[in-house]
Amino acid sequence: MDLYEHQARELFEEHGILVPRAEVAHSAKQARESARRLGGRVVVKAQVKTGGRGKAGGVKLAADPAAAELTARQILGMDIKGHRVGKVMLAQPVDIEREFYISYVLDRAAGRFLAIASAEGGMEIEEVAAERPEAVARVPVDPAEGVTSAKAGEIAAAAGLPPQTVDVLVRLWEVLVREDALLVEVNPLVRTRQGQILALDGKVTLDDNAAFRQARWGAEADAHDDPLEARAAAKGLNYVRLDGEVGIIGNGAGLVMSTLDVVAGCGARPANFLDIGGGASAQIMADGLAVILSDPSVRSVLVNVFGGITACDTVAEGIVRALDTVRLTKPLVVRLDGNNAERGRAVLDGHAHPLVEQATTMDGAARQAARLALSA
Amino acid sequence: MAIHLTKESKVLVQGMTGGEGMRHTRRMLAVGTNIVGGVNPRKSGRTVDFDERSVPVFGSVGEGIAATGADVSVLFVPPAFAKAAVIEAADAGIGLAVVITEGIPVHDTVAFTTYAKDRGTRVIGPNCPGLITPGQSNAGIIPADIARPGRIGLVSKSGTLTYQLMYELRDIGFSTCVGIGGDPVVGTSHIDCLAAFQDDPDTELVVLIGEIGGDAEERAAAYVRDHVTKPVVGYIAGFTAPEGRTMGHAGAIVSGSSGTAAAKRRALEAAGVRVGSTPTETARHVLDLLDAPR
Repeated sequence: MDLYEHQARELFEEHGILVPRAEVAHSAKQARESARRLGGRVVVKAQVKTGGRGKAGGVKLAADPAAAELTARQILGMDIKGHRVGKVMLAQPVDIEREFYISYVLDRAAGRFLAIASAEGGMEIEEVAAERPEAVARVPVDPAEGVTSAKAGEIAAAAGLPPQTVDVLVRLWEVLVREDALLVEVNPLVRTRQGQILALDGKVTLDDNAAFRQARWGAEADAHDDPLEARAAAKGLNYVRLDGEVGIIGNGAGLVMSTLDVVAGCGARPANFLDIGGGASAQIMADGLAVILSDPSVRSVLVNVFGGITACDTVAEGIVRALDTVRLTKPLVVRLDGNNAERGRAVLDGHAHPLVEQATTMDGAARQAARLALSA
Repeated sequence: MAIHLTKESKVLVQGMTGGEGMRHTRRMLAVGTNIVGGVNPRKSGRTVDFDERSVPVFGSVGEGIAATGADVSVLFVPPAFAKAAVIEAADAGIGLAVVITEGIPVHDTVAFTTYAKDRGTRVIGPNCPGLITPGQSNAGIIPADIARPGRIGLVSKSGTLTYQLMYELRDIGFSTCVGIGGDPVVGTSHIDCLAAFQDDPDTELVVLIGEIGGDAEERAAAYVRDHVTKPVVGYIAGFTAPEGRTMGHAGAIVSGSSGTAAAKRRALEAAGVRVGSTPTETARHVLDLLDAPR
């Protein structure tokens, strides 16, 4: 889960990293009040979980509270790369002397975290790395040792950062470990004309798997912009909404992703990802169908289950019982294969619902669901 | 022969006395896996009866190894305890730790995979279905009755796509199928398995299944180009996945322009790997290359 900039700022502050004074506002009126409390002159920054806010006009300097209100009114509601701006952060401006870049990122290939640092901050680090790779230091961190002062000194030296940044590098590692983050980035880390080292902007990605021991981000994790995703999450479903017309239910992340692709290969577009996992009870099937059928763009639904440990007759009975509670309004194509597939197919045949049809192969089922969606 | 797991393997189950542990231990025993014990410090000294077999419970992996000579451990322990359990297994000198558990925090996985590697313990997983050498042994949750023993090696990030391909190719059969798991960090990579299959005389062809996220498939492609002489057939899932969204598996996420299915497919094809557009087409490529009846 990605955090908003203002949340990243709070985490940095809690771990003793200096940040500019700032407040969050959800309305232009609030922005004016915040600006007044912050001394009048402020930077107004759109809070969206994507990069490129500056270029999109989502970061602006305001000279006084009245200007802050006007600027906030312009920025709130703005669309930045498909993200609607619902709040702004107002921050005290900083007198910048130099800009640096520091981050800890997961190196999946090496199976450990990597410090990335550069004396050329402010730009996207990928651009710096592409143009001047020698300006970007990459230092692997041993998970058992972490980032000590000595290690931080090594990172700073490799990147040509001033010794004052060593303390920030140590504290940023603490943020990464204590908060179970997968990414912590400060860009830019600045030295002010007064000689302070400040984290001016930051990005933090938390590990969803660690939610059980990081309870305070729970409410944030449950916040979904899309109403169907919110409903699915409330039912504990592993659902991602897409923009197509074929609703999809399957078991296992890989098989469901594959089902989406095969449907796309048949000329239709998948409306969602929904992995019902190994259980596939009637309740999960009913909840999943209910969410998918309430998506107005869905024109047909494909259930693709390979019974590995799950028995297909159990899945079929789940579908039949789900159809008792959910009124089927779109055609449903079911492909059952694997463990007890024939018995499962017989259960569905016995039920003989007019909108339910079966296919014996995954490719055939995808073709049929696509055809039904495109002709509806 | 096969890779990493044979009928000689002596298997411990950490977390055997829990619900999932009991259920899958029964299944593993039913297909002939040589399960020599369970591990649970609170139930040390007891035995658990599974149909015809009575399996002892040891207080630690170390005790289990001392008493039985176990060389493999399968872990069904909950996420919060997985790190300590793998470290215990590595400290006891187990050769292979198969971590089935889903939902382990990445910091824990980074810690235990690094720790295990330094001590010569291979970790498979986490968040994986384990591995099976059909007809010999099953360490994990892959259904044993899908496919018979044969000459195909399979390595996959996905459990259900493994089952689907095993089913499509059930008549040819498999040497070993390894589910390496769908987390961002895993103990055993596609490359590790490709290297082992290349050296395995029982394996004639390798099926490699990948999905969006990271660059494991790209690196595997480079390895195939440089080191693998056996035919490799690939399949990649997630062409339609949107950027920035996690698709079921914690590691299945396209970040910016990295980790896309298209890039993985291109890399594999450039390395001479035939890549199927669907699981069924992937199976057809295998049949073509093995010159097998369809």
